[in-house]
Order: sequence, then structure tokens, then C-alpha cells
Amino acid sequence: MTFVTANWNPLGEAFYRKVELYEMGWNLKDGLRDCLVAAAPYGGPIALLKEPQRRSPSARPQLEIYSSSGASMASFPWKSGPVKQLGWTVSDDLLCVQEDGTVLIYDLFGGFKRHFSMGNEVLQNHVMEAKVFHSPFGTGIAIVTGAFRFSLATNIDDLKLRRLPEIPGLQGAPSCWAVLTQDRQSKILLANGADLFILDNTSCTPVTPPGLSPLANSIVQMAVSFSYKYLALFTDSGHVWMGPANLKDKLSEVETKVRTPPKQMVWCRRPKSQQPSVVVMWDRHLLVAGECKDTIQYHLDDESFLVPELDGVRIICGTHHELLQEVPAACEEIFKIASMAPGALLLEAHKEYEKESQKADEYLREIKEQSLLGEAVRQCVEAAGYEHEPETQKTLLRAASFGKCFLSNFPPEQFVSMCRDLRVLNAVRDYTVGIPLTHSQYKQMTVQVLIDRLVYRKLYPLAIEMCRYLKTPEYQGVSRVLKHWACCKVQQKEEADEVVARAISVKLGEAAGISYSEIAARAYECGRTELAIKLLEFEPRSGEQVPLLLKMKRSQLALSKAIESGDTDLVYKVVTYLKNEMNRGDFFMTLRNQPVALSLYRQFCKYQEQDTLKDLFNQDDDHQELGNFYVRASYQEGKLEARLSHLQSAVDEYNKAKNEFAAKATEEEMRLLRFQRRVEEEKGERVLGSSLQDTMHCLISAGLHKQAEQLYKDFRVPDKRYWWLKLSALAEKEDWDELEKFAKSKKSPIGYLPFVEVCVKQHNKYEAKKYVSKVTPEQKVKAHLAVGELEGAAEAAIERRSEAEISLVLSRCSPTTDRALLDRLNRARSVTAKK
Amino acid sequence: MAHSSRRDAPEPPDFSLLKRLAKDQLIYLLEQLPGRKDLFIEADLMSPLDRIANVTALKQHEVDKLYKVEHKPIVSMCDQLCFLIRPRIQTVKWVADIVNADKAAGKFRRYKIIFSPRKFYVCETILEEQGVYGDVSTDEWDFYLLPLDDDIISLELPEFFRDTFLEGDQRWMTTAGSALHLLHSLYGPFSKAYGIGRSAKMTYALWRELVEEGEQRARKPDIGTVFLIDRDVDFVTPLCSQVVYEGLVDDIFRIKCGSAEFGPDVTSSDKSVKVMLNSQDKVFNEIRNEHFSNVFGFLSQKARNLQTAYDKRKGMDIKQMKTFVSEELKGLKQEHRLLSLHIGASESMMKKKTKQDFQELLKTEHSLLEGFEIRECIAYVEEHINRQVSMIDSLRLLCLLSLTENGLLPKDYRSLKAQYLQSYGIEHLLTFANLRQLGLLVEQQPGETLTVMESKVGKLVNDKTAGKLTDAFSSLAKKSNFRALSKRLALVPKSGEEYDLRIPRDMAYIFSGAYIPLSCRLIEQVLERDGWTGLEEVTRMLNGNEFAVTAGNSGSESRLKTDAQRIILVMFLGGCSYSEISALRFLGRERGFKFIVVTTAILNSARMLEAMLDSHV
Repeated sequence: MTFVTANWNPLGEAFYRKVELYEMGWNLKDGLRDCLVAAAPYGGPIALLKEPQRRSPSARPQLEIYSSSGASMASFPWKSGPVKQLGWTVSDDLLCVQEDGTVLIYDLFGGFKRHFSMGNEVLQNHVMEAKVFHSPFGTGIAIVTGAFRFSLATNIDDLKLRRLPEIPGLQGAPSCWAVLTQDRQSKILLANGADLFILDNTSCTPVTPPGLSPLANSIVQMAVSFSYKYLALFTDSGHVWMGPANLKDKLSEVETKVRTPPKQMVWCRRPKSQQPSVVVMWDRHLLVAGECKDTIQYHLDDESFLVPELDGVRIICGTHHELLQEVPAACEEIFKIASMAPGALLLEAHKEYEKESQKADEYLREIKEQSLLGEAVRQCVEAAGYEHEPETQKTLLRAASFGKCFLSNFPPEQFVSMCRDLRVLNAVRDYTVGIPLTHSQYKQMTVQVLIDRLVYRKLYPLAIEMCRYLKTPEYQGVSRVLKHWACCKVQQKEEADEVVARAISVKLGEAAGISYSEIAARAYECGRTELAIKLLEFEPRSGEQVPLLLKMKRSQLALSKAIESGDTDLVYKVVTYLKNEMNRGDFFMTLRNQPVALSLYRQFCKYQEQDTLKDLFNQDDDHQELGNFYVRASYQEGKLEARLSHLQSAVDEYNKAKNEFAAKATEEEMRLLRFQRRVEEEKGERVLGSSLQDTMHCLISAGLHKQAEQLYKDFRVPDKRYWWLKLSALAEKEDWDELEKFAKSKKSPIGYLPFVEVCVKQHNKYEAKKYVSKVTPEQKVKAHLAVGELEGAAEAAIERRSEAEISLVLSRCSPTTDRALLDRLNRARSVTAKK
Repeated sequence: MAHSSRRDAPEPPDFSLLKRLAKDQLIYLLEQLPGRKDLFIEADLMSPLDRIANVTALKQHEVDKLYKVEHKPIVSMCDQLCFLIRPRIQTVKWVADIVNADKAAGKFRRYKIIFSPRKFYVCETILEEQGVYGDVSTDEWDFYLLPLDDDIISLELPEFFRDTFLEGDQRWMTTAGSALHLLHSLYGPFSKAYGIGRSAKMTYALWRELVEEGEQRARKPDIGTVFLIDRDVDFVTPLCSQVVYEGLVDDIFRIKCGSAEFGPDVTSSDKSVKVMLNSQDKVFNEIRNEHFSNVFGFLSQKARNLQTAYDKRKGMDIKQMKTFVSEELKGLKQEHRLLSLHIGASESMMKKKTKQDFQELLKTEHSLLEGFEIRECIAYVEEHINRQVSMIDSLRLLCLLSLTENGLLPKDYRSLKAQYLQSYGIEHLLTFANLRQLGLLVEQQPGETLTVMESKVGKLVNDKTAGKLTDAFSSLAKKSNFRALSKRLALVPKSGEEYDLRIPRDMAYIFSGAYIPLSCRLIEQVLERDGWTGLEEVTRMLNGNEFAVTAGNSGSESRLKTDAQRIILVMFLGGCSYSEISALRFLGRERGFKFIVVTTAILNSARMLEAMLDSHV
């Protein structure tokens, strides 16, 4: 292990260190010379466009995408228009801003995703310079055109182009500019010579940085910090001015003694920075200028590119990838030469312990005496997080763990989570993955985003491992990764649908919260309809399948799935869709095979489109239903003629349906209606629409016996029914003469007991008695009882020698008034019983 | 009746929470339309609403006037109108008409429709077609569970029956599933689920889907078991005349949302009285499950007790009198009032029901159930039709005849139908078409032997993968198989034995000892067997679609019959009758279970058949 402090350089009170991240795996002939470079923050990918100015069709510029470790991810000749600027979005997509204002979006692997334009003005005047920036609203693009006007889009996923106002007095290109985010708004800060302007949606405000060296004629470079909070300006006099981005204050001004405009200038800060600085780069020269006016100088062997980060600056050159940062306080405390900080002592103690030396105890005692052991452990754990070398991390953690042994009640969370974090970080920093995240960046970025990044890089196994290791809830973790994997899988055109579908189902089988319909939608987007349908089969929620099936024009299938889902609304949506999509014939045919949908549609038609309903039945040759339809229609009709015509249609349909019974019944109804009308016209009795029975009843009540008789004959009403009917109608009317006449007209098919009962019901015992004699012997007892003639009943009962009947009569006798009768009956009963 | 091993049934959980939930949501919805507003309420939502939030509560939330939806032009001066309606096409059209009429008159108002229990896509389509979609805001009041009593919860969706079984419409399945899910999340988790019928299966599936989507909260269950049953599994039971007190009250006075209106003949005054009939009514609570023949005895005993209680006054000193007046008198007075009401009701029923005709009617029903003297029964039905005794009763007898006999002979079918049409008019052609569709009244298919039929049914059942309801109304599987079922499940006790109705020995007492309701028998059997094993023959005859699922580890836990496991939620999809509830209460007492009945609506024969009339739509 080399000496930790070997690469440390003092800057004011603090130290700066330059750590090598990777030896670049790429093989660039000319390094970064003559390249358009874009490197995403948070250890993101690097895009290179070599010789971007080449335009002849025979020699296209080459666009290459690499990981941070220089592993190639894509490489292809650039065939579109000349590119002015490259940039990365927050979701690792590459933006290529062309001269004509068209922005092309590619994924990490060089796959074209989409494009959009920055507007007509840009198209006409061309892009002079463009910048890609990140804000809380997403990834944005700012452009200055050949006409020196600025256009800006804050979020490329929700494109709203803004053309910013003109800058007064701007004759040529601004000498430099940058994008600021202030007050939830993206603004442009630009310099025209020594004048500074802030440009927002509506206005252009001149500003002056307080205390800017009066020697400066022009501001030639500016840098905004990662957090948009600080601003640095480089003047042609070689001064670096530093201050807050709101320009209300000045932090410091450093003279660099270099007057050439730098190639790049970026801030180098970290959270809780002791000594923030600005890194200025010329061709072979790198200068770190601290607020304290100290500087560190580095020589650069090669053309380099600076990538500002949350907690430092990455320096990429043709061969190496380094991280320049202020040494974090914890590391400084521990590793500074001759440090007596508790962490440093603990590290020392542990070293001695390993050597089995008693000095270990001395060191420990020293820390413990100051009761700083807890602090020491915390320092070691924290410092481990800032170290890049796994060996150093281990040493520190071992020391921490050693220190912990001497502490009771020390909370383990910090140690455990640091171990876990480092394991993840080391995994993604690995050369093959190439994401050189620092611990602070990782915490800022969150696990969710890191997993996304791995997924974008198609590092599915690692992503899944990580989710499992971190115990991320399945829904957010493993399932999400698997879904991405599946979405990627369906794009592999060389594999057969069957194979892909099976592979996906095998992998995804158990995972919770997987939406197969999303994967299927992806497959469909890639033009693999068959695969999409196969995938939808795996979707357990039928409802989810429907929208995509409709989109794929699998309407039949969509309909059955909607029905399966049990969601009638969904069925109805599909039905409505089908109705508009298909011709009527096909539509009806489709419904015919789906009773549930059909019934739903019928219900709708019943209220909204009566005629469609008829058509539906017609289509099906469902004559039975058509007949019913006409019958129903006839009842909604007021006019008799219309009713009859409906009924006639019903008769025809019933005949076609071979339902003779219904046809006959309907015909009879028509006859009845006509008859009723005649009666109404001739006799003025309101009978129209009544049932046959009611009509006859009405006629008899009205004394129209002839007409009633006619109905009885015409409609072949059963005798019993007619007798019952006439009997009760006459009794109700108390037309006793007619009743008597009727009783004598012929032998009653219902016997004469009903006559007795009906009369009694009308409280006319006198009339009732007339019929008692006519009653059959079996019913005599009942008849006598009905009219209250106990003696008659008793006689009949005794005559018939029926024990049951005798008992019945007995039960009606009262012991006080019917003494004699009682005795007689009891005697008779005992006689009958003996037999 | 006494059972040595019998345990007391556990106490049911408190369902008043459901009311509070519904009320809070309704008020929230009303507040979404701030300011004074007139509220139009769908007629069949009025009684349920009354149980949830009374007029004062509504007025507190700036409801100005209340109107019933009558499908007529409205008279309202208010500039905000709120409609609380069922998601029915006609009603939505009516609202659209109002909006359009206002537009034509140049009147500007705000409109809001609150659909209960949910909004259908088709309703929005109507608003769109009528060109008022933008003028009306819509919302949903997902009120699906109304506790009618300690052990009865109703969805108050009478149309469920017709929509599901006749129209083959699945629109209410989601509601049933959500209702079950709500109960599950408030009183569950249910660890066991049994069920039979297509709707049951579908409801179960939808509910499980909801459970899996939602969060799982571990809680101690109040209710452990749930049994889902489709009404079309057993049509016979609701068609029988009810003879248990509560059922009789429903048949005669029609209980609406747990309250009945007793007319002047009951109250022996010139006023009608509305009475809540539930376990709060102590008198009613004691007689509701009794066979009618015992009720008078009970009531007179009660009257004597009451008299004794009153008589205590005699010989009291002032102090005792004071406590008596302050503590007991009010209760006694209340009891007195209720007692006289129920005596009045019983008298009125007695008048109707002890008549010769009713006895003969019952005799015919019993013969049909037993399968004796069918010709005499047919003659009786015929006379019943001819004499126009009652339109609904005649239909009921016809249906019972067809169900118990597996369809009518073609000759009988035609002649009875023709007679019926002569009595009640040709529009009943449509009624008969509906009854045939549902399998309630069918013609025996000549030449089709049982085996052919069975193989068809078997195939039909097997084709339906995963139990999803793909075609809800194939007319094929409409054989009732009642006779065979009755034999296998011993639904009809051996006749000849005397049945003492005062001491019921099985559930048959609810039908005077003549018949054990099929639905309740199934529940009993399945609970006893802990599943459907041994009932394969029965389920085959009922067209299958049975299921029994035990959640989690079924080991020692389920064998340990906890209180929760002994509280059983029975969900009737398509409605159930009070008699069935009485039967389940009896079963619960016998076996130490507590049954909670959840039903889409309270059904009786009249309601069931009226739903089949086409004029009614």
C-alpha cells in the first residue's frame, strides 16, 4: 500500500488529492484531440464525436459511446447534420444538438429514440453554441443562435420552447455564457465584454459582480457550481473572481498570471467544503485556485476534459480517468501526518494490534482517556466511505470494528450501512461496470436511480443482485429490473416469438407486481404483434390486456378478455369501439358469439336504439325474440291500429320461429282487441286492452250476456272457467235472477257448491239455500254448513256415514244451543265407528 | 333440541361502522358541491338513505329541498341541483333532459350526479350523447352495505337478480366483489371461503384480486369464514309460501329496508304506522323466527307477563313506585305498544292465512315438494288460474310445479299457459319467455334422457376454464334436478311423522316441517364436511362451480375452532328470503355458529316474480 498522503496537495488550510479512477480501456489514436466530448455526471457514460466538423459523405465523423472506464458501448458513423453539442440527460440518453436546431436522442447503446426541433428561429439562424443542463425540472437545453438570440427548453421530455428577449447592445457573439437556475426558473448569465447580463423569460438585466478587478476588459470564461449556488468568472486580465451566483457578494479573487482564455473552467467543491476552489484548464496546464488565493498547479500530459461533480471534478484524458477533490475532513484527520485525532490513533492502535504489539493498548488507552473512542470509530467509518481503494476501506473498517469491541451500546447502524454501501459502490466502480460513484454521490443519487442506471446499461444480473442484497422491496426492485429486462428481451428480433415468450415467463413467473401488458405493449411497438399476444396471455388481470388488444386490432380477443375481467364498463368500452370500427354486419356477428356483450348491448339498445335492437334480432334470425319485441312494442303503442300491426308482425315472427302457441295466442289477442273495439263502439263499455277473462267479466257485469257468450264460444274458453266467471260476476252484481237462470241453464261443470259459497260470500243466505239441494251428496255437508244449517249438515253427514264429516259438524255445534243435535251426532258417530 | 356439546354462538361484530362510513362519504360528496342545493333522490334509494343519514343531517350540509326522482319535469328554484341516483339509463336520460330544458330556457345551474353504488361507462355515454357531458359533474357514492340488523346486511340491489340471472349481465359483480372486500378488510381476514354458483365464483375472484392489489394488514379477524351462494342454485325455497313470522310479515306487509308499514286494520286506528323490525324490538325479536302457529301462544304469554309486571305496582310504597316509574315503566310502555302492534299484525295475518284457501295452497305446495298427487296439484293450479285468485301466486305455483317436476309435460305446459294468458292478458307471453330463459318454468324436452342432458351439462361446466363466467345464460343447464337433489340431501322429511312446530328439530320447521331449504342445507353440509367432498353428485346436479379455499396454513390453526371461525358470513348473490335467514339462525343455535347474512336484497316470491314481469321495466 502506497502512502495515503502521497497524492495530497495543500490548498490553504485544506488538502486536495487527485485519485486515479481508471486507466482508460479505450484505444484512442489521438486522445481527445479534435473531439466533441460529453460526459454525464455521477460517473455517467462518455460520448465522443471525432472530428465533428467533417462533412463530406465519404468521411463521416464517428460517434462513440463509452463507459467511464473507457469500455466501448456503441460506435457508429454520424450520418445526420453537423453536430454542435453533445449532452446527456438524467436518464442516460444522449442528446446531439445539430446546427439546424434539431436535437436527436439516442440511448446508451446508440439506438435512435426520437428527435425534436428547437424551433424555426434556430433553424434559420443556426446554432452557434448550445449547452445541456440539469435542473430539478429535468434535462434542459439552451441555445444561442447566429442572430445572438437565446432559446431555452427547461425539460426536453415536456418540451416548451422559450425564446428569450434580445440583449441590448450585443453586436457579436457573447464572450461567454452559462445557465443558472434561480427562483425555480432557468436563466442565462452572459458576458459581453466586461458587461454581465441576466436573461430570463421577460427581461434582460445588467448586473455587476461586486469587486471584480478593474483591470478586466472582458470576461472570457464563467463557471456555475454543481448546485447553481456559486459563480466563477475568468477575465482577460487573468483573474478568477468567485462569488455566490446571486452576485450579491464576493468570496475571493485570485490572480492566475495566465491571460489566455482557459479551455474549461469548473468549480470543485464538496458538501461542507473547507476550501472550495475553481479548476481552470488550459491545453497542458491545470490550475486549482482556492478561495484562500492559494493555487495548485498540475501539468497535463494529454488533452483532457473536466467533468464537474457534486464533490469534486473528474479529469478525463486519452489514457486516464482521475478524480480531483478536496480531502474530506475525516480522511484528513486520520491520515494527516502526525495527526493525533482519535480516528488516527485508533487506526494506529489496530495496526499495532495486528502486529501483536502492546502499543495497541497504549493507543487505545489514550483515546479512551479522552472518552473519544466512539468518535474514533465514527471517524474511521466515515473515512472508509471516502476512500476509493478497497484495501484502505478495509483497513479503516477493521480499525472501526476493533474500536467497537471496547464500546458497549455503540449503535451498529452506521457501520453496517457503510459496509453495505461500500460493497455496492465497489461493485459498480468495477472496471467492467464503470460507474465511479463516490459515497456522497451515491447517497445523493439514491439506490433507486442507481438501479435504473444499471438497467439502462442492461446490467440486469448485477441490478438484481443489488436489489436482493439491499433487500429493496420486490415491487421497486427485482420486479422492476425484470420488467426492463423483458422489455429489452422482446426487442431481440433474432429469437422466435415462442422462445422469447417462454424465456420471459420462466424468469418473471414468480415476481410480484409485474405488468405483462406493459411488456407486451413494448413488443407491439417493436412490431411483434404475435409475441405481444403471447405475452398478454401471462397477464393475470384480464382487464389490463384489453387496451393493448384493441390497439393491436384484436378486437375479438379484446372482447373476450374484457368479459373475463368481469368489468362491464370494460366490455362496454370494447363494444363501443367495435361498433365504430366494424361494419354493422360484422359487429353483430361478433356480438353473437359473446352473450354477455350481446346482452349488455341489448340493454343499451332497449333504451337508446330500439331499431338497432330489432336489427340485432334480425341478424340472428331470432324470430322468437323479434316476436317478443313486437309484443312489447304493441304495449307501448296507444293507437289500436298500430297495436294490431305490431301484433301482426309478432304473429309472423312467431310463425317463423315455429312457436305456434305464441302465434296463436297473439292472433287471439288481435281478435280480442277487435272484438273489444266493437263492444266499445256499440255498447260504450270500456274493455279495450283487458284480458279475455276481465273482458267477459265486464260484459257479464254490464248485462251483455250475449256478447260474453260469444267470447266464450269464439275463444273456446273452458266450461269450468266460464262458469266460475259468470257465477262470481253475477253474484258480485247481486243479479240473483240471472244467477238462478244460469244455474238452471244446464248442468253445472263445477257443481253447485260454488254457487252456495259465492252467495254466502255476498251475504245472501237466502239465495244460497236455493242451491244446497243441487249439491252432490259428497259436498252436501259442506254446503249445509256454509249456509249455517247445522241440522241439514248433520242429516247429510249421518246419511253418508262419514266419521270425518260427522266430526266436522260436531266441531261446529255449540254445547248449549245444539244439545239434541250433539247427542244425535255422537250416537251416529259411535255407530259408524263400530262398523 | 338441547345439545350437550353445543357451544354458545359467538357475538357478531358491530356493523354500525358501515353506516358511519357510508354517511361520511356521502357528506363528503355533498360538500363537493358547496352552497345550497336541491337534492333529487332515486325512489329506491330513499329508504336506504333514511337509514344512513336523516333529513336533518342532509340539511346541515346545505341541502335545501329533497325530491324524489319521478321522471317528470322538475320545479326547483335552486341554482344547484344534485341527483343521487342508481346508474340507470332512464334516470340519466331524465337528468339530461332537465339540463337540456334549462339550456333551452336560458337558465344557468350547476348539476351534479352522485351514482350509487357506482358509475357505469354507459351512463357517461348517455350524457355525452345528449350533449350535456360537460355540464354535469359526476361522482360515485360507493355505498354497498346497509346493515339491516345485527346479522343482516343488504346491498339493496334488487335488480341484481334480474340483471344477473335473466339478462346475463355481469355489471353488479364488481360491486359484490367490492362489498365482500370491504367486509374482509373491516372484519376479516376471512381464512376460509366456500361457494357455489357462477356469480359466487366470479365475486370470489374479483374479491381476491382486490385483496392482492391492496395492502395486507394483519388484524385479528372478527369473521373467519365466508360462504357465497348464487340464488339460481336454489329457486325453490324463495318460491314457497313463508310461514315463519318474519317471512309472513314480509309476504303480507312487505318489509322495506327493515321496516314495515302496518295499515289501519293492524293498528285498529285510522292511521298507518311504520315500524322498524329488528332485534331492537324485543317482542319481535322473540317471535320473528317462530312458526306462525306458535306466535299467538307466545304473544299471549307475553301479554300475561306484561300484565304481571304492571301489576307489581299494586302494593308499592312511594319510593318503590318512583323507581318503577323512572326505570321500568318506560320499557313496559314501549313493550306494551309493540305487543299490541304485533298482536294486531298477527290477527290480520290470521284472517288471511288460516282460511281454507291458504291451507289448501300450503297443502298443494307440500305435495309438490314431496312429489305426490301431481295431477291433483295441476288441477288445483288450473283452478287457481281460472278463478283469477292472484296473478303472482298462480305464477308462483306454476314455477314450483315446473321446478319440482323438472319441467312440465308439453300438454300441461301449453294448456296452463293458455289459461294464464286468458286470465291475465297476452303481455304475459313475455313473462313466460323470461321464466323459460331463467329455467323457472320450462317444458320437458321430449326424448331427451337424463344422461344426454347430464353429459351436456358436464361438458358445459368443464369448458369454463378458471371458473370465469363467460356465458352467463346458456339455457342448456337449466334443469332443476330438484327431485334427485331432494332425495340425496334429504330435503323432505318423511311424511307421516308428526312434526311439533313448537319444538323444531331441523330447519324444515320454517316450512311447517315439510321441506328443508336447499340453500341452507347446502351451507350446513359444506360446513360440516369442511368442503365439498362427498357432495360431488349434488354439485354436478347444481351445475358445479363450487369452490372451497382455505387461506394460509390449514394445519392446526383451522382445526382450532376460534370464535372468528364460528362467525360465518353467508353472501346470497341474487337475494334471500327471511325464511332462509330464520333457518340459518336455527342452524346457528344448533351448531354454535353465528351466521351473518349478506344479501343483494331481501327476496320473497312476489318480488322475485315481479322482477320477471316485463311491464315492470
